Amino acid sequence: VKVVVLKGGRSLERGVSLRSGARVEDALERLGHEVVPIDAGADLVKRLRAEKPDVAFVALHGVGGEDGTAQELLEILGIPFTGPAAAACARSIDKVMAKATMRGAGIPTPEFFAFTQTAFRDLGAADALADLEGTLGFPLVVKPSRGGSSLGVKFAASAAEVPGALVAAFSYDDRVMLERFIDGREVAVSVLGGEALPIVEAIPAEGDPYDFEARYEIGRTHFVCPADLSPTDRAAITDAALATCRALGCEGFARVDLILGSDGPWVLEVNAIPGLTDTSLLPQAAEAAGMSFEDLVTRILDLALAPSAA
Amino acid sequence: MTEVPQPPHKRRAHTSTRDLERYAGLFAERTTVMRSSAMRDLMAVTARPEVISLAGGLPDTSTFPPERLAAQMSKIAADSAAAALQYGPTEGFDETKDCIVEVMAAEGMLPDPDDIVITTGGQQAIDLVTKTLVDPGDVVICEAPTYPGAVPVFCSYQADVRQIEMDGDGMRIDLLEELLEDLKAEGRRPKFIYTVPTFQNPGGVTLSLERRARLVELARLHEILVVEDNPYGMLRFGGEALPPLYQLDGGDFVIYLGTFSKILSPGIRLGWVVAPPPVLEKIVLGKGATDLCTSTLTQFFVRQYFSEGGWKSYVEDLVDLYRGRRDTMLEALAEHFPAEATWTEPEGGLFIWATLPDYIDTGDLLAKALRSDVAFVPGQAAYVDERGKNSMRLNFSGVNDAEIREGIKRIGRVIGEQVELYESLAPDTSESAATTPSLPAQDESAEPSNVVPLRKEANG
Repeated sequence: VKVVVLKGGRSLERGVSLRSGARVEDALERLGHEVVPIDAGADLVKRLRAEKPDVAFVALHGVGGEDGTAQELLEILGIPFTGPAAAACARSIDKVMAKATMRGAGIPTPEFFAFTQTAFRDLGAADALADLEGTLGFPLVVKPSRGGSSLGVKFAASAAEVPGALVAAFSYDDRVMLERFIDGREVAVSVLGGEALPIVEAIPAEGDPYDFEARYEIGRTHFVCPADLSPTDRAAITDAALATCRALGCEGFARVDLILGSDGPWVLEVNAIPGLTDTSLLPQAAEAAGMSFEDLVTRILDLALAPSAA
Repeated sequence: MTEVPQPPHKRRAHTSTRDLERYAGLFAERTTVMRSSAMRDLMAVTARPEVISLAGGLPDTSTFPPERLAAQMSKIAADSAAAALQYGPTEGFDETKDCIVEVMAAEGMLPDPDDIVITTGGQQAIDLVTKTLVDPGDVVICEAPTYPGAVPVFCSYQADVRQIEMDGDGMRIDLLEELLEDLKAEGRRPKFIYTVPTFQNPGGVTLSLERRARLVELARLHEILVVEDNPYGMLRFGGEALPPLYQLDGGDFVIYLGTFSKILSPGIRLGWVVAPPPVLEKIVLGKGATDLCTSTLTQFFVRQYFSEGGWKSYVEDLVDLYRGRRDTMLEALAEHFPAEATWTEPEGGLFIWATLPDYIDTGDLLAKALRSDVAFVPGQAAYVDERGKNSMRLNFSGVNDAEIREGIKRIGRVIGEQVELYESLAPDTSESAATTPSLPAQDESAEPSNVVPLRKEANG
């Protein structure tokens, strides 16, 4: 099978994407496929037309690759591709839209308020901040609406820290949200072909629990898979993750990040194109389910070529 | 001979979690302080061709005539191919050391060639000195901010790094004295003080003559070493040159680090250390363990280049070029950066250090700037702690005037947006939020420093 691997691009997560892509290319070659890597740029459509691949493996992360933009082009060109359809990607990468969808479907997601930059600049939204802070309590979390990694995510321990956190979050997106902080265990559920893989728990190894930079770094965060959970918790987490994927339309392939609070799981976000690097969570979960990385890549490819199999 | 080459052997693709844990179990403790981060990934984006990068520290090597390089390399091939392709002495070739003596003499120093070891760039010089002197937990003192490339070196040898604030006259020696007294009271002796006294990277400031004298005096008094890193001394755009610490001290307590990177080429990876003989002996042993010797070929190249004369006129050309670019950047900063920003006005070197209101995190700002295809180094890279978050390093040597103007204009625009946004969020605090700059914190009695606070209105 002739596979183009789409990677890199202009996203801020270019570095991770290049690593995901390189690892996928290795696996595809070992599996005997004809592999054409493409660094997604201005010549993407031209190159896809010239290469005429059987399928595109999308290893793009972040805005531009995970948000449905590349997927839409692939749909127009009639090239099957891995991962969710364009519409599902667009819904998932936008946390505000995704959380609204979850709410509509009755899935627990922490309370939040979203703002555009215009709201502050032109409509005096700052005057509403105190009320929201009262509702959400401190600490609260400020996040850019779009973006797949921890970039721009800040904790605000008090009202004085909110403006700085908002300025930081607005560096990454024109829309940001303030979200209630849920104290609990961080877990992630990877979904493949409508089924949940074993749950991964991320345990910070040291220091500041609010240091997002440390979260996905080997040595600073310890990952346990399968996570040590009671059957009740495991079922509740899995159900919430699968319901989320169904609601957003990405049940074929995605990773759902949740917090297990004292009152059960809360869904934080969905990654439509989860990382596939050495340290990424999806490959760890697949491995715990007895799948090698080659098995995982094969399964993802099969789902793209025969979506009905999902 | 015409066989089709085989594809390279690919590493096993299925590095599993178990493998990772197994490797992690083998890692040395010092690797836990070698951090990668999302922010480092962000720097990967700065390498895209459409990005105007003011983030590098790159000399403009396009000014070196290609035909000259070709002629020199041909001469080496014709005269001494076998020797140029061979290993060399660990401490470097005597003939290349003669070139180093010439360079140092141009800055008023007269080192004994036997006190010199040639290194693979100035970076290796920092590494070897630290390797030679520092045990885990030993105190190393440096400037705040310090050379970003020195931070991972000190961290990987598990040094306890203490950073001393600077003002327009360089490192605050009064604060250094306080720290030395405090350490003494704790019964601890720092191993060395690392400093870039002239056209500091990233600060752009120069240590004053009085402070130079006092620093050397303190080193003698406390019997600690000063590591003087001087890559930019020859790149002076104006004003009087100040004597290097090495010259003031005579080389007893000052270890001197030099490099050809900024006066000739960073690609040849040639730097050097001048140290007192007992220290030098250990450094040479350390270097032998690291790489046996510095590239013979590039040492031959330097020898050839210097034998033809005219190396100083090439440096003068570079100085003229960079002076113009510095002026361009300063003009662009005055035009495009908001009123709350301050920056240094260097008399030489490659960098300007700009400080923004303290509510702006330049790491996040970089993400926003990258959306406008422009990059800089976030200030935090120059600190081992949380300081520097609202500062940035700007390089003016590696890009042309048009790019400098456009790059600064774009950065100014994104800063302006953040300032405007912050003011709409916290109107009551906009007064008090005006800068607590980290560099221009000069005391009142100090001479007028070369730190220029901006007085222009933020552009719309």
